[in-house]
This record gives sequence, C-alpha cells and structure tokens, in this order.
Amino acid sequence: MCGIVGLYAKHDCIGSQLGSLLSKMLVQMGERGPDSAGVAVYRDGPEGLKLSVRLAEPQRREQFASAVTAQFACEVSVLGNHVLLQGQCNDTVQAWIKAQYPDADIMSVGQRVEIYKEASHPRDFVDKHALNEITGSHALGHTRMATESAVTTLGSHPFSTGHDVCLVHNGSLSNHNRLRQSLIRAGLQFKTDNDSEVAAGYLSHRMRNGDSLRSALESALQDLDGFYTFAIGTRSGFAVLRDPIACKPAVLAETDQWVAMASEYRAIAQLPGAEHADVWEPEPARIYTWEREDMAA
Amino acid sequence: MTTFDLCDGVRPLNACLHEASAKSVSVVNPAGRHAIAVGAVAAHDVSIDGNVGYYCGGMNQHASIAVHGNAGPGLAENIMSGRVHVHGDASQYCAASGHGGLVVVDGNASSRCGISMKGVDIVVRGNVGHMSAFMAQKGCLVVCGDAGEALGDSLYEARLFVRGDVASLGADCVEKPMETAHCVQLDSLLLAAGVTDCDSSAFRRFGSARELYHFNIDNTAAY
Repeated sequence: MCGIVGLYAKHDCIGSQLGSLLSKMLVQMGERGPDSAGVAVYRDGPEGLKLSVRLAEPQRREQFASAVTAQFACEVSVLGNHVLLQGQCNDTVQAWIKAQYPDADIMSVGQRVEIYKEASHPRDFVDKHALNEITGSHALGHTRMATESAVTTLGSHPFSTGHDVCLVHNGSLSNHNRLRQSLIRAGLQFKTDNDSEVAAGYLSHRMRNGDSLRSALESALQDLDGFYTFAIGTRSGFAVLRDPIACKPAVLAETDQWVAMASEYRAIAQLPGAEHADVWEPEPARIYTWEREDMAA
Repeated sequence: MTTFDLCDGVRPLNACLHEASAKSVSVVNPAGRHAIAVGAVAAHDVSIDGNVGYYCGGMNQHASIAVHGNAGPGLAENIMSGRVHVHGDASQYCAASGHGGLVVVDGNASSRCGISMKGVDIVVRGNVGHMSAFMAQKGCLVVCGDAGEALGDSLYEARLFVRGDVASLGADCVEKPMETAHCVQLDSLLLAAGVTDCDSSAFRRFGSARELYHFNIDNTAAY
C-alpha cells in the first residue's frame, strides 16, 4: 500500500494555502498508510541553507534550539518534533550538530526544502506539525504502510537525496540489498534497512556524479527491480515516475491554478476546482516533470 | 428517482441496489470513493455524476450503471450481467474476471483491461494499456484505438478486436481472419456500445493459437 500526494502551485492563491490543501490530501490517504506520515515543503526563507532536524528525544528540542541560537546566527523554530534552522546553515553547523547531538537526525538540507516526518497517523501528524499554516510553492507527502522494514521515523518518507531533492515511494524494490551494498562500496551511508532509502541513495549518487534528475531516473528504470511509483521533489518542482509494470496506482491532475499527483483521485478531489481538472493516469516508465523556471538552480 | 449524496457514505446506496425491486438512482459527490454501486442485483438504472475510485460497479447483476467521469482501478470487476458505461477513462484491470454483461469505456482503459475475463464483453473507444486480456477465457474485448504491449498473453477463448495499432502480442496470441460471423458479432457490440463512427471492416481479430493450454511435451520450456 502506501499513499503519495504532491501539489504544485501555479498561482499564489494555492501557494498561500499549500499546507492546508496538502493536509487534506494526506489525511485522505491515511487509509493507505496509517503507520507513518511525512511531507517535504518547498518555500523561501532567509538567504542560505536551512536544516530540518529531528531529535530522538523530543523533550530536548527546546534545549537544542537554545544551544544552536547561542552558537550560530541561525533563525530557529520548532515544528512538532522537528527543529527548523534557517539562514547560513553551512557545513560547520551540520558538523557541530553531529558532534554535539549524535542522536539528532538531519532530515533535510537545502535552500528551500523542509522535511518533516514521523511514525504516527497522518491525521495526528498534520495537527502536530501545524501543517495547515504552511505556505510555499510545492510540496510532497507520503503515508506509509510498512512492508519492507520497521515502522520508525527514519523509515518514513520523504527521503532526502541531497540539497533540495527528496523522494517518496509507493511500492517495494526487490534488489535493494544488492544495490545497497554497491552504493556503500561507492561511499554512501544508510540509516535503515528500508528499500526506499536505497532508491533515494541511488538517485543522489547518480546526481552527485553529474546526472540530471531526468537521466538519473532513466538509469533507475534499468537498475531498480520491483514495483514503484516515485514522486521526486526538487527546488523548483517535482517529477513522477512509475515502473514499467505499473501495478502501483497514480493519478495526475492539472488546472490553471495547480498540478497535483496522488495515489488515488479521492486525494485530488479535495482541491479547489478538482471537478473541472484534467485528470489522467501517468504512463508506465515515462518521466513527468513540472518546474518553475524562475526557481531552477 | 432517488438521489444519494455520497458525502453521507456509500453504504445506503449499495444497500438500495441490493434490493430486488428495480429503481432509478442518481448519485452525486462520488469524489473518488471506493466500491460505489457494487453488488447490484436488479435492473436498476444508476447514474453517477463525477469520478469514482476503486471497484465501481463490481459484481453487477442486471443493473445499468453510467459513470459521468473517470473510474479508478477495478471497474466492474467480476461483472455478471447488465451494463457499466464510463464516459471518461478507466484505470487498470477494468472488467477483470467478468462473467457477463457489457462494459463500455468512452475514453482509454489502462493496463490489464479484461484480465481473466470469463464472458463479459468490453468495448473501449480509446486505447488499452499493456497486458490487456491477459489469460482471457471468454467474451469479446473491442478496442477502437491502440492496444499496449503483450495483448492477449496466455489467451484462452476470448475474442479480441482492435482497430488501431497493437504494440505487441503476448505469448500464444495470434492474428486470425475476420469472418462474417465475427463481423456480425462485432457490429452488434459496437451498436450496443453506441459507437457509430466505425464498423467491423476497420478491425483486426486476435485469438489464441491454442499452443499453450493443450499440454504438449515440445512446449515444456514455455510452461
């Protein structure tokens, strides 16, 4: 199972309610994935990199936030069990977090992306992270029904695959163990036994070695064995890819104001004007992308 | 005419369709919900305004169900009789395992359309996706557009009619000549589906080579 949702605002009136619309979509997909939930939201903030950090012990987040503020000139805010650090969160900040807070996980790094995720029902997740109030240009979300590895926050989606890039996956990969070994030999590190983390690692590895997102996905069609519908978030938009057998569902829809993808139409039905949208099923093994040219790197 | 607003849930609608006396029913706000108009047992006339989710019209007997929108996976799964007509597109495994009746898709049907069909007739005015009519046993699949890869893989005795291109044929599926009886049957299906812009002369017929399902020691490697 698992559910995927994605929303891309073509108009400010959608961007200004991005979080609340995505929340409705995510909750609709709660039945497909009651184990865990997560989102990647893309929005502008202070100049420089921002980090989304999750502490293993949530009660330490206030103390962590004050320690960061004392040490660095970052803007710090707390969302649910995550702490968002914005503005010049360079390698020094990241190294300091790893040294001082070894139990902290940096969920995302980028100029625009913020990833929040945890092992809880999508309805509770949305409330806890005040997702309804978030604005932005585009966002992805995932509801998980675990099949390949344990129900943990680290096993939840989205998976960060480098600065401003992340992956959500519905499906199961059958060659992830072998592929994980070869990626470890190439220098990658993995935190879980999760198959989707391997897919995310694979895409980061290809892109770090010079592939564009499109060429990395074309290689994935050759190298990943199993079932998948992927949605990949980038700084400026998102991409969707289904495996050639295409057992896992996916629906795309577009109006003058938004582009949306979801595992099922009933998530898209939550959006304004959905009844008049162009709705279609993405073809197997075909890469679909939407990008805002003014935001492309 | 009874109207069901599915914002109040799907069960009252389905309970009504499980009654033996035929009714005329209008359905609003489907919003992609699952299992809409499933298990009808009488000659109801059902009109659904909007897009439906998984398994709409499943196990239908006698009822005529019209979807004024698109349908999710498993449309009319295991249909026994009656008619299910989708005016938009249908997602994967449309009319899977259907025993009888007629399923009409005005748009495209995606992968595995008519998988394991057992007597249902399916008319798709657009294209069908890959692995359509996989292991199809009985009934007709009519495709007015193109068919995707591996059409009719491991086919039994279903008849496949395609007007457009076929990306590839599955194992044991072959082209066969269109004889008069096939043209008569196909024209009557097109008429029943309301297709008036083409006739049987534009179609090719595909069926089973019957090499796979009769055991043959020379085919051991293919089993």
